[in-house]
Amino acid sequence: MKKSLFDQGYLDEQFYQLEELQDEVSPNFVEEVVTLFFRDSTRLVTNIDQALEKRPQDFRKLDACMHQLKVSASSIGAAKMKNECTSFKEFCGKESLEGCIRSFQKLKKEHSTLRTKLENYFQLLRQVGPVEKAVRSGK
Amino acid sequence: MATPARGVPVAAGEREIHVLAVDDSSVDRAVIARLLRNSKCRVTAVDSGKKALELLGLEPKVNMIITDYWMPDMTGYDLLKRVKESSKLREIPVVIMSSENVPNRINRCLEEGAEDFLLKPVRQSDVTKLSNWIR
Repeated sequence: MKKSLFDQGYLDEQFYQLEELQDEVSPNFVEEVVTLFFRDSTRLVTNIDQALEKRPQDFRKLDACMHQLKVSASSIGAAKMKNECTSFKEFCGKESLEGCIRSFQKLKKEHSTLRTKLENYFQLLRQVGPVEKAVRSGK
Repeated sequence: MATPARGVPVAAGEREIHVLAVDDSSVDRAVIARLLRNSKCRVTAVDSGKKALELLGLEPKVNMIITDYWMPDMTGYDLLKRVKESSKLREIPVVIMSSENVPNRINRCLEEGAEDFLLKPVRQSDVTKLSNWIR
Protein backbone atom coordinates (compact mmCIF):
# COMPACT_ATOMS: atom_id res chain seq x y z
CA MET A 1 0.00 0.00 0.00
CA LYS A 2 2.85 2.27 0.81
CA LYS A 3 4.32 1.51 -2.58
CA SER A 4 1.21 2.77 -4.32
CA LEU A 5 1.37 6.00 -2.31
CA PHE A 6 4.86 6.48 -3.68
CA ASP A 7 4.07 5.32 -7.17
CA GLN A 8 1.13 7.66 -7.43
CA GLY A 9 3.31 10.52 -6.29
CA TYR A 10 1.59 11.27 -3.01
CA LEU A 11 4.71 10.67 -0.99
CA ASP A 12 8.40 11.10 -1.65
CA GLU A 13 11.74 10.10 -0.20
CA GLN A 14 11.29 12.30 2.85
CA PHE A 15 8.61 9.93 4.14
CA TYR A 16 11.17 7.10 4.11
CA GLN A 17 13.54 9.34 6.03
CA LEU A 18 10.91 9.74 8.72
CA GLU A 19 10.37 6.01 8.88
CA GLU A 20 14.09 5.56 9.38
CA LEU A 21 13.77 7.63 12.53
CA GLN A 22 11.34 5.20 14.08
CA ASP A 23 12.73 2.78 16.62
CA GLU A 24 11.81 1.06 19.89
CA VAL A 25 12.01 4.36 21.70
CA SER A 26 9.71 6.12 19.23
CA PRO A 27 7.75 3.36 17.50
CA ASN A 28 4.97 5.68 16.36
CA PHE A 29 7.08 8.58 15.30
CA VAL A 30 5.79 8.80 11.76
CA GLU A 31 2.16 8.66 12.77
CA GLU A 32 2.79 11.33 15.42
CA VAL A 33 4.44 13.63 12.93
CA VAL A 34 1.71 13.06 10.35
CA THR A 35 -0.91 13.85 13.00
CA LEU A 36 0.90 17.09 13.82
CA PHE A 37 1.00 17.88 10.14
CA PHE A 38 -2.73 17.47 9.62
CA ARG A 39 -3.47 19.46 12.72
CA ASP A 40 -1.36 22.38 11.49
CA SER A 41 -2.29 22.08 7.85
CA THR A 42 -6.02 22.06 8.55
CA ARG A 43 -5.62 25.30 10.44
CA LEU A 44 -3.51 26.81 7.66
CA VAL A 45 -6.00 25.74 4.99
CA THR A 46 -8.77 27.48 6.94
CA ASN A 47 -6.66 30.62 7.26
CA ILE A 48 -5.97 30.64 3.55
CA ASP A 49 -9.65 30.09 2.76
CA GLN A 50 -10.51 33.12 4.84
CA ALA A 51 -7.69 35.18 3.40
CA LEU A 52 -8.87 34.40 -0.13
CA GLU A 53 -12.27 35.85 0.70
CA LYS A 54 -10.84 39.20 1.67
CA ARG A 55 -10.84 42.15 -0.66
CA PRO A 56 -8.52 43.70 -1.57
CA GLN A 57 -6.31 40.68 -1.85
CA ASP A 58 -3.20 40.53 0.28
CA PHE A 59 -1.00 38.32 -1.87
CA ARG A 60 1.97 38.65 0.43
CA LYS A 61 -0.03 37.30 3.33
CA LEU A 62 -1.38 34.47 1.19
CA ASP A 63 2.13 33.65 0.07
CA ALA A 64 3.36 33.64 3.67
CA CYS A 65 0.60 31.25 4.83
CA MET A 66 1.20 29.00 1.89
CA HIS A 67 4.91 29.00 2.62
CA GLN A 68 4.26 27.55 6.05
CA LEU A 69 2.08 24.87 4.54
CA LYS A 70 4.66 24.05 1.92
CA VAL A 71 7.44 23.68 4.48
CA SER A 72 5.37 21.29 6.57
CA ALA A 73 4.26 19.29 3.55
CA SER A 74 7.84 18.99 2.45
CA SER A 75 8.91 17.80 5.91
CA ILE A 76 6.61 14.79 5.80
CA GLY A 77 7.24 14.01 2.15
CA ALA A 78 3.80 15.05 0.90
CA ALA A 79 4.96 15.51 -2.67
CA LYS A 80 1.72 16.32 -4.46
CA MET A 81 0.73 18.83 -1.81
CA LYS A 82 4.13 20.45 -1.92
CA ASN A 83 3.84 20.87 -5.70
CA GLU A 84 0.40 22.41 -5.41
CA CYS A 85 1.76 24.83 -2.78
CA THR A 86 4.51 25.87 -5.18
CA SER A 87 1.94 26.43 -7.89
CA PHE A 88 -0.18 28.57 -5.57
CA LYS A 89 2.82 30.67 -4.58
CA GLU A 90 3.56 31.27 -8.24
CA PHE A 91 0.06 32.61 -8.73
CA CYS A 92 0.57 34.85 -5.71
CA GLY A 93 3.69 36.16 -7.34
CA LYS A 94 1.71 36.98 -10.46
CA GLU A 95 -1.10 38.35 -8.29
CA SER A 96 -3.59 36.14 -10.05
CA LEU A 97 -6.55 35.62 -7.75
CA GLU A 98 -8.20 33.24 -10.14
CA GLY A 99 -5.04 31.17 -10.39
CA CYS A 100 -4.77 31.10 -6.62
CA ILE A 101 -8.34 29.98 -6.17
CA ARG A 102 -8.02 27.21 -8.77
CA SER A 103 -4.77 26.01 -7.32
CA PHE A 104 -6.18 26.10 -3.82
CA GLN A 105 -9.15 23.94 -4.82
CA LYS A 106 -6.72 21.34 -6.08
CA LEU A 107 -4.64 21.66 -2.96
CA LYS A 108 -7.59 21.10 -0.66
CA LYS A 109 -8.46 18.00 -2.61
CA GLU A 110 -4.89 16.67 -2.37
CA HIS A 111 -4.88 17.43 1.33
CA SER A 112 -8.06 15.52 1.93
CA THR A 113 -7.03 12.59 -0.25
CA LEU A 114 -3.67 12.33 1.46
CA ARG A 115 -5.26 12.39 4.86
CA THR A 116 -7.57 9.51 3.99
CA LYS A 117 -4.80 7.47 2.41
CA LEU A 118 -2.47 7.94 5.36
CA GLU A 119 -5.21 7.16 7.86
CA ASN A 120 -5.85 3.92 6.01
CA TYR A 121 -2.14 3.20 5.88
CA PHE A 122 -1.64 3.63 9.62
CA GLN A 123 -4.75 1.62 10.37
CA LEU A 124 -3.42 -1.17 8.24
CA LEU A 125 -0.07 -1.01 10.03
CA ARG A 126 -1.84 -1.33 13.35
CA GLN A 127 -3.72 -4.37 12.15
CA VAL A 128 -0.76 -6.24 10.78
CA GLY A 129 1.66 -5.14 13.45
CA PRO A 130 5.02 -3.46 12.84
CA VAL A 131 5.92 -5.91 10.11
CA GLU A 132 8.27 -4.56 7.58
CA LYS A 133 9.95 -1.39 8.40
CA ALA A 134 12.83 -3.13 6.78
CA VAL A 135 11.05 -3.90 3.56
CA ARG A 136 11.49 -0.90 1.39
CA SER A 137 9.59 -1.59 -1.73
CA GLY A 138 11.33 0.23 -4.53
CA LYS A 139 10.15 3.68 -5.48
CA MET B 1 30.00 21.17 37.16
CA ALA B 2 31.26 23.18 34.23
CA THR B 3 29.29 23.43 31.06
CA PRO B 4 31.33 21.86 28.30
CA ALA B 5 32.74 24.70 26.25
CA ARG B 6 32.77 24.43 22.55
CA GLY B 7 35.65 22.32 21.31
CA VAL B 8 36.66 21.12 24.75
CA PRO B 9 36.55 17.35 25.02
CA VAL B 10 34.46 16.10 27.90
CA ALA B 11 34.89 12.77 29.66
CA ALA B 12 32.68 10.06 28.27
CA GLY B 13 29.50 9.69 30.26
CA GLU B 14 29.47 13.35 31.24
CA ARG B 15 28.93 14.70 27.85
CA GLU B 16 25.44 15.73 27.04
CA ILE B 17 25.01 18.28 24.37
CA HIS B 18 22.02 20.48 25.03
CA VAL B 19 20.52 21.90 21.87
CA LEU B 20 17.87 24.55 21.69
CA ALA B 21 15.73 24.03 18.58
CA VAL B 22 13.61 26.91 17.36
CA ASP B 23 10.92 26.43 14.70
CA ASP B 24 7.37 27.65 14.37
CA SER B 25 6.31 24.47 12.56
CA SER B 26 5.35 21.71 14.98
CA VAL B 27 6.13 19.13 12.30
CA ASP B 28 9.66 20.42 11.84
CA ARG B 29 10.19 20.73 15.58
CA ALA B 30 9.26 17.08 16.00
CA VAL B 31 11.59 16.02 13.22
CA ILE B 32 14.60 18.07 14.27
CA ALA B 33 14.16 17.00 17.91
CA ARG B 34 14.15 13.37 16.84
CA LEU B 35 17.22 13.81 14.65
CA LEU B 36 19.08 15.50 17.49
CA ARG B 37 18.09 12.89 20.05
CA ASN B 38 19.36 10.23 17.65
CA SER B 39 22.66 12.06 17.88
CA LYS B 40 22.54 11.78 21.65
CA CYS B 41 21.67 15.40 22.28
CA ARG B 42 19.31 16.72 24.87
CA VAL B 43 16.78 18.89 23.08
CA THR B 44 14.58 21.76 24.11
CA ALA B 45 12.25 22.82 21.32
CA VAL B 46 10.44 26.14 21.23
CA ASP B 47 8.25 27.74 18.62
CA SER B 48 9.58 31.27 18.47
CA GLY B 49 12.68 33.42 18.72
CA LYS B 50 11.09 35.26 21.63
CA LYS B 51 10.67 32.04 23.62
CA ALA B 52 14.20 31.03 22.72
CA LEU B 53 15.59 34.26 24.17
CA GLU B 54 13.49 33.87 27.31
CA LEU B 55 14.86 30.40 27.81
CA LEU B 56 18.40 31.51 27.15
CA GLY B 57 17.96 34.23 29.73
CA LEU B 58 16.94 31.65 32.32
CA GLU B 59 19.28 28.87 31.45
CA PRO B 60 22.19 29.72 29.22
CA LYS B 61 23.58 26.16 29.46
CA VAL B 62 22.89 25.55 25.86
CA ASN B 63 25.61 24.09 23.66
CA MET B 64 24.03 24.93 20.37
CA ILE B 65 21.05 26.74 18.91
CA ILE B 66 19.43 25.45 15.76
CA THR B 67 16.80 27.71 14.33
CA ASP B 68 14.50 27.97 11.36
CA TYR B 69 15.10 31.06 9.29
CA TRP B 70 11.58 31.94 8.33
CA MET B 71 9.44 32.55 11.39
CA PRO B 72 6.77 35.16 11.99
CA ASP B 73 7.66 37.96 14.46
CA MET B 74 11.36 37.15 14.74
CA THR B 75 13.30 35.45 11.98
CA GLY B 76 16.18 33.10 12.63
CA TYR B 77 18.48 35.83 11.40
CA ASP B 78 17.12 38.27 14.01
CA LEU B 79 17.58 35.64 16.68
CA LEU B 80 21.14 35.01 15.49
CA LYS B 81 21.92 38.72 15.72
CA ARG B 82 20.50 38.99 19.22
CA VAL B 83 22.55 36.01 20.35
CA LYS B 84 25.77 37.33 18.83
CA GLU B 85 25.18 40.79 20.31
CA SER B 86 24.88 39.38 23.80
CA SER B 87 28.07 38.98 25.79
CA LYS B 88 26.50 36.10 27.69
CA LEU B 89 25.28 34.20 24.67
CA ARG B 90 27.58 35.02 21.81
CA GLU B 91 29.79 31.95 22.26
CA ILE B 92 26.89 29.62 21.60
CA PRO B 93 27.09 28.26 18.05
CA VAL B 94 24.01 28.99 15.99
CA VAL B 95 22.88 26.97 13.00
CA ILE B 96 20.17 28.19 10.66
CA MET B 97 17.73 25.97 8.75
CA SER B 98 15.71 27.00 5.76
CA SER B 99 13.59 25.35 3.12
CA GLU B 100 14.86 27.82 0.54
CA ASN B 101 18.28 27.91 -1.02
CA VAL B 102 18.86 31.65 -1.24
CA PRO B 103 22.59 32.46 -1.48
CA ASN B 104 22.22 36.03 -0.20
CA ARG B 105 20.37 34.79 2.82
CA ILE B 106 22.93 32.10 3.50
CA ASN B 107 25.82 34.54 3.20
CA ARG B 108 24.17 37.10 5.43
CA CYS B 109 23.67 34.51 8.14
CA LEU B 110 27.19 33.18 7.90
CA GLU B 111 28.58 36.71 8.00
CA GLU B 112 26.54 37.43 11.07
CA GLY B 113 28.20 34.50 12.79
CA ALA B 114 26.07 31.45 12.03
CA GLU B 115 28.16 28.30 12.09
CA ASP B 116 26.24 26.52 9.39
CA PHE B 117 23.21 26.72 7.21
CA LEU B 118 21.10 23.62 6.60
CA LEU B 119 18.55 23.13 3.89
CA LYS B 120 15.26 21.56 4.87
CA PRO B 121 14.17 18.86 4.98
CA VAL B 122 17.08 18.23 7.33
CA ARG B 123 18.62 14.78 7.23
CA GLN B 124 20.23 12.67 9.93
CA SER B 125 23.58 13.09 8.19
CA ASP B 126 23.33 16.90 8.49
CA VAL B 127 22.70 16.65 12.20
CA THR B 128 25.35 14.02 12.87
CA LYS B 129 27.87 16.28 11.20
CA LEU B 130 26.92 19.15 13.50
CA SER B 131 27.18 17.20 16.71
CA ASN B 132 30.57 15.81 15.77
CA TRP B 133 31.82 19.27 15.10
CA ILE B 134 30.48 20.71 18.31
CA ARG B 135 32.26 18.09 20.40
